[in-house]
Amino acid sequence: MQNFPILSFITLLPILGMVIILFIPKKQEIVIKSTTLAITAIQLIAAIILLKNFNYALGGVNDPSSFQFIEKFRWIDITGFSWIGRIKIDYFMGIDGISVPLVLLTAIISFIATLSSWTINKSVKGYFAMFLLLDTGMMGVFVALDFFLFYIFWELMLLPMYFLIGIWGGPRREYAAIKFFLYTLFGSIFILIVMIALYFSTTEVLADGTKVFTFNMLSMMNPQNFTATGILSPLNPNNLRLIAYIGLFVGFAIKIPMFPFHTWLPDAHVEAPTAISVILAGVLLKMGTYGILRVCFPIFPEITRQLVWYIALFGMINIIYGALCALAQKDFKKMIAYSSISHMGLVLLGMASLNSMGITGAVFQMFNHGTITAMLFLIVGVIYDRAHTRGLDEFGGLATQMPIYAGFTTLAFFAAIGLPGLSGFVSEAFVFLGAFGFTSIRTLTVISTLGILLGAGYMLWAMQRVFLGSLKDKWASLKDLTFREYAMLVPLSLIVLFLGIYPATMLNLMNSSVNAMVKFMANAQTMYGSLLH
Amino acid sequence: MTGNNLIQIALIILFLPLLGFTVTLFLAKKVKKIFLFETFILIVSFILSVALVFFKLNYFSQTTFTGEVNWINLGSISIDLGVMVDNIAVLMIFVVSLISMLVHLFSIAYMHGDKRYNRYFAYLGIFTFSMNGIVFTHNILMMYIFWELVGLSSYLLIGFWFEKKSASDAGKKAFIVNRVGDLGFFSGILILFATYHTFTFDKIFHQISLGVIPFNSEFWLTVTGILIFAGAIGKSAQFPLHVWLPDAMEGPTPVSALIHAATMVAAGVYLIIRVFPILTGNALEFIAIIGALSAFIPATIAITQNDIKKVLAYSTVSQLGYMVMALGVGAYKFAFFHLVTHAFFKAALFLGSGSVIHAMHHEQDIRKMGGLRKKLPLTYATFLISTLAISGVPLTSGFLSKDGILAGTFAFGNLTGQWFFAFVGFLVALVTAFYMFRLVILTFHGEPRDKEKFDHAHESPFVMVMPLVVLATLSIFIWYTPNPFNPEQGWFLSKWVKAPTIVTPQDARYSFLKSDEIKPEANVPTVQNVPAQTTQEINGSEEEVTFSKTYTEAMEHAHIPAMMLSLGLAGIGILFAFMFYQWKKLDPDKLAEKINPLYKLSLNKWYFDEIYDATFVALTLGISKLFAWFDNYIIDGIVNGSAALTKQVSNFSGKFDNIVVDGVVNGAAYLSGIVGLMFRRLQTGKVQTYIVLVVFSLVIILFIFKSF
Repeated sequence: MQNFPILSFITLLPILGMVIILFIPKKQEIVIKSTTLAITAIQLIAAIILLKNFNYALGGVNDPSSFQFIEKFRWIDITGFSWIGRIKIDYFMGIDGISVPLVLLTAIISFIATLSSWTINKSVKGYFAMFLLLDTGMMGVFVALDFFLFYIFWELMLLPMYFLIGIWGGPRREYAAIKFFLYTLFGSIFILIVMIALYFSTTEVLADGTKVFTFNMLSMMNPQNFTATGILSPLNPNNLRLIAYIGLFVGFAIKIPMFPFHTWLPDAHVEAPTAISVILAGVLLKMGTYGILRVCFPIFPEITRQLVWYIALFGMINIIYGALCALAQKDFKKMIAYSSISHMGLVLLGMASLNSMGITGAVFQMFNHGTITAMLFLIVGVIYDRAHTRGLDEFGGLATQMPIYAGFTTLAFFAAIGLPGLSGFVSEAFVFLGAFGFTSIRTLTVISTLGILLGAGYMLWAMQRVFLGSLKDKWASLKDLTFREYAMLVPLSLIVLFLGIYPATMLNLMNSSVNAMVKFMANAQTMYGSLLH
Repeated sequence: MTGNNLIQIALIILFLPLLGFTVTLFLAKKVKKIFLFETFILIVSFILSVALVFFKLNYFSQTTFTGEVNWINLGSISIDLGVMVDNIAVLMIFVVSLISMLVHLFSIAYMHGDKRYNRYFAYLGIFTFSMNGIVFTHNILMMYIFWELVGLSSYLLIGFWFEKKSASDAGKKAFIVNRVGDLGFFSGILILFATYHTFTFDKIFHQISLGVIPFNSEFWLTVTGILIFAGAIGKSAQFPLHVWLPDAMEGPTPVSALIHAATMVAAGVYLIIRVFPILTGNALEFIAIIGALSAFIPATIAITQNDIKKVLAYSTVSQLGYMVMALGVGAYKFAFFHLVTHAFFKAALFLGSGSVIHAMHHEQDIRKMGGLRKKLPLTYATFLISTLAISGVPLTSGFLSKDGILAGTFAFGNLTGQWFFAFVGFLVALVTAFYMFRLVILTFHGEPRDKEKFDHAHESPFVMVMPLVVLATLSIFIWYTPNPFNPEQGWFLSKWVKAPTIVTPQDARYSFLKSDEIKPEANVPTVQNVPAQTTQEINGSEEEVTFSKTYTEAMEHAHIPAMMLSLGLAGIGILFAFMFYQWKKLDPDKLAEKINPLYKLSLNKWYFDEIYDATFVALTLGISKLFAWFDNYIIDGIVNGSAALTKQVSNFSGKFDNIVVDGVVNGAAYLSGIVGLMFRRLQTGKVQTYIVLVVFSLVIILFIFKSF
């Protein structure tokens, strides 16, 4: 186990699967689908094995020695490269308690999304090839510790997503796909620029004693490694760290998506096929908040502390604004998309608390939002597959026609509005308790709690419009859930229920890392303050 | 029988209904008779609660037991879940189990033939589980957890007949209005946790008694109390969030009896009882004002309602207002006493109304009833006893508890000079007696107004009547005290229910609630850090620390005058009811015409729904539409606009490229073309010409080179 490169395996397995699929003849649709299912199943099993071998006591965050399953070797090393000198890029992977929940989430959601993709019948081969490529991109982001590698995975996921929405999407798919692509690319440019600037500000001492620039994110977290003159080096009195931070933050914030960069999301969701919406909401959005937590926070801890009020402010805006917009929607899927914006605001708010309760809540909320929103999009998919419409006002009384479906919906809706006993409550409560504990964002927290009320408003209203009331005649032939739909909804429901009743399983997993993060952020002020004097 | 056993019994009582819910829900379709399992579970759980209440009150009446288990431990944060078994809890659990069991039995007949029959019982199961959780919790987070779960079950049961729009509307309204209150409750929890880093009641109380208060200010302690009370405003349907309860009558009538009369709505009062020690004088005064308004406004509405369940719903709000007001003026014991007595007689009234509705084939309008006592003698008898109890007629339980509350307001007036609460209390006593007897007379007395329905009416079957008889029996004084005129000496108040030790700073209390002794340490029950999964006994120091001698004495003085006055007023109320509706000496319609605006105000429920719809609801929906518009047109407009702008720019640069840049290129090409054309002329094809040209050019070139 120790020597097996499990992170590479889990990340690159889908690419292998893609290659296999490319060799399968186009007509063999069932074979292609089964291969994908097998690949994601193996990935899920690997993730569970990973979890079993994970050491809960190790913190990670900024300390290379307490990361786990590390794989590190020289990847690119070019000397005498024009004026730059030497380019050295590591293939560096490792996980800590903050990435583990997300690795697990990615594996779960990919598996479920494959099941959900079963109904795809348009160029199946291309779809599943793209799907697997996307899987690699997502997984890679959560395990990469070298900024360059991180960026490659970040961009890698963009391309398949573009095609998956643009080819297999709804009527306005091209608009939505291009909007998604350009928006994200726009954010990526900021990330790229800051990455390069960071590279030229950070050095690493090699075994032979030479100092070279590095993309190693963990090195960037240690102020000792900064050069005296780098533009992002805290040692340089004229550094541009604040501007770089904002750029980087915006780059990640687009992915969350954070107000006012969020309008690509409703369009992308509405047009994307169900499985892609599930991936988008279930995993992709977390890449934004994960990026902030993994990159922005520990590399720029002193700036983070400076701007924390604004992060909380935008968290609050997301919560309230997203909820109010959700209330006004007439399209089932668009409403869920806006609710996603609202729930991702909670993650921002929790992170801004900078204390262990709030950050635990934020990371847990990422996981819970992944499972709950995946359920919600699957639920929309169920009805869209049958009725070919998603208008909230066009239904009514479905609870009599499809009682089991209505049961799962009730569970998912109440999980989304934070009903105790379901996982959403714990993370939501932790976020609020943590954020309230931080004096400077207390008022914002109290305003944010309005989201609890608004959430109940739009969810129950949607519930009423679709499921309650009397059944319309034209829906009298709708069938209740199929076996495949059970197979998708039951595991997610069990996770939501289990983590609601016994959240400690997940919280213990991230505990050491969250505490390490909190400690690191708390020491940042003194650490960076002393550097300058 | 040890404390450990009691904790174990409590845990079994707590989780049994959850088992019932799960089994019943999943087997609802497959096993037709599965509802019997759920009912059986409740019977077992009732028997256990009898055992619990018996052992607790007989052998350990001075001791509080807690058992806790660690739920989340993150080093810096540790959250425990636990149960607390004290006298209040066991009495409450007895009430909940008993009424829940009776409602299960009643429902077997009442709900017979419903297409979701089994699911109904499953929902009753999850409700009972959640309610038990509220009763047994030893910390405020768990209180909130079960609080929300109760909200869920209430949502499911109000909207049980969801095919009706009004039912699904009512369920939604109940949940959302409750969440408004819960926002306050949750904010209160935020403050408590930020200050004390624990949710456990005892630990919080202990710290407050040591002088640790939120943000080091008594003001914020008051605010915290009021915020937590906001949860009770929602759940107990207090003014201004009372609007959901009358609508909740859309649910099946046994549900109204169980949830919206006897138990869940009383949870708000129970919450205040649990956090009572931390409420400051100002917070209590606020609570009393809300209670008074909630007692008064719905009482005035109940006078004019014609739906039998709506009248009872408004009377429930009003009675809950009484309890809340009682807590506000410091009559702690009587608030809980009234909670218990009210639970029995109000459940009897609701189930009685269910029996009537059942007999009348789902007719709920009292204008179409009348004379039913001949057809439903047992229902009538039990309904009458319960009405006497709620009106405060001697020999009933309601008389005892209501009288205590009124004496409390009287004492409060005496001690503080504020007579407002006493005034409201007595006024509402009068109104209550009037509208309750109006209900009884219109339903059961006189001549039948709908002959056809009357002819088909018949007394309900045994499983429906038996609960009525049990509940009506419990509305007699003898269960609580041997002396029908003074409950203070009865076992209920002298032995079982003790006023708690207040922990708020001395100068934040009501002047009459200040500690008489100067040894504050002695007042604090000692709480050590409790290891996980153990039980612990806290020796109650309740005995020696009286709540406040001054107040107790004032209550005793107020007792007789309050009783006289309330008796007189109840008599007047009943008399007027008979004058109007039985003997028809007075004409209610004429009176209504005379005071038309007031009549309209009452009939239209003070226009609360209309006002809320026009303000909060409209505002929220308006803002949400505005934001959606803003999102679609402004933000997306900017996004699309910048895309369009980029397109324009690229278009322009494309044109520039085409015309200018390419123009230069093409121009050059053109130019060379022209030049070529010119030179073409020279190309004659004659060798001689070429030679001449070559030689000529050579000469010129040589000449040029030479000149350098």
